[in-house]
Amino acid sequence: MLSIEYYLILSALLFTIGVIGVLIRRNAIIIFMCIELMLNAANLAFVAISKNLGQAEGQLFVFFVMAVAAAEVAIGLAIIVSVFKHRETINVDEINSLKG
Amino acid sequence: MSVEHILFFIFGGVSLIGAVSVITFRHPIYSALALIVTFFSQAGLFVLLGAHFVAAVQVIVYAGAIMVLFLFVIMLLNLGTLSLKGALSGKLKGFAIILGILLAIEGVYIAVTTLDNTDTALASSQVAADTTYSISELGELLFTDYLLPFEVTSIILLAALIGVIVLVKRGNQTEN
Repeated sequence: MLSIEYYLILSALLFTIGVIGVLIRRNAIIIFMCIELMLNAANLAFVAISKNLGQAEGQLFVFFVMAVAAAEVAIGLAIIVSVFKHRETINVDEINSLKG
Repeated sequence: MSVEHILFFIFGGVSLIGAVSVITFRHPIYSALALIVTFFSQAGLFVLLGAHFVAAVQVIVYAGAIMVLFLFVIMLLNLGTLSLKGALSGKLKGFAIILGILLAIEGVYIAVTTLDNTDTALASSQVAADTTYSISELGELLFTDYLLPFEVTSIILLAALIGVIVLVKRGNQTEN
């Protein structure tokens, strides 16, 4: 059996790539994709630890995370679409006022 | 090198390459396609971990539903030309990458040392570690011990549904 260490290291690396993406990209949709990347890295850690402990709970939490991610994506993309309708841009540096 | 090692390095490598592609490609559609590759290879990793149902749900929900939504919005907004001035200036970008590398080092360090500390504690449960869970076992747990979180999740999905409808409706009314 492959050691859990490998999966946790891979998960940490994927999460870091997501964080770097959020920091360096200014396109709101790409930032959203990077958030999905981070959620997926957390899911990978959940499943790996679930297997290591021999408990099924970790896999259940993955389902909850997926449901939350789906809700978040639906809302977030709707917000992006309506912001784009108003401002004609989704560059987060240009969207800097709270008043719509 | 067992087959499991080889498959892990293939899937892990592909998912890392896909993740790096997501944040380096200029055009959002290429990023979305790279993200789909990452999701698929993570589904492969879930299969390696014995979580077959999670892998199936990963492909259906993430690679299917969520990414179609992303691609749909990208094409709806027609972002091709807007994204070209997408990234930060060089100095801030370097700073962000340095911070990210530090975070990666911390994450790997925690992953390695936590394993060392808990190795003896986990040795007893190591016997059961090769089991895989069937859908019926997961469902039984989900609808008994975790019934309340399950219902809360359904409320979250309902709230998201209503929220999206309200957002889209309001946008239409202001246009009229």
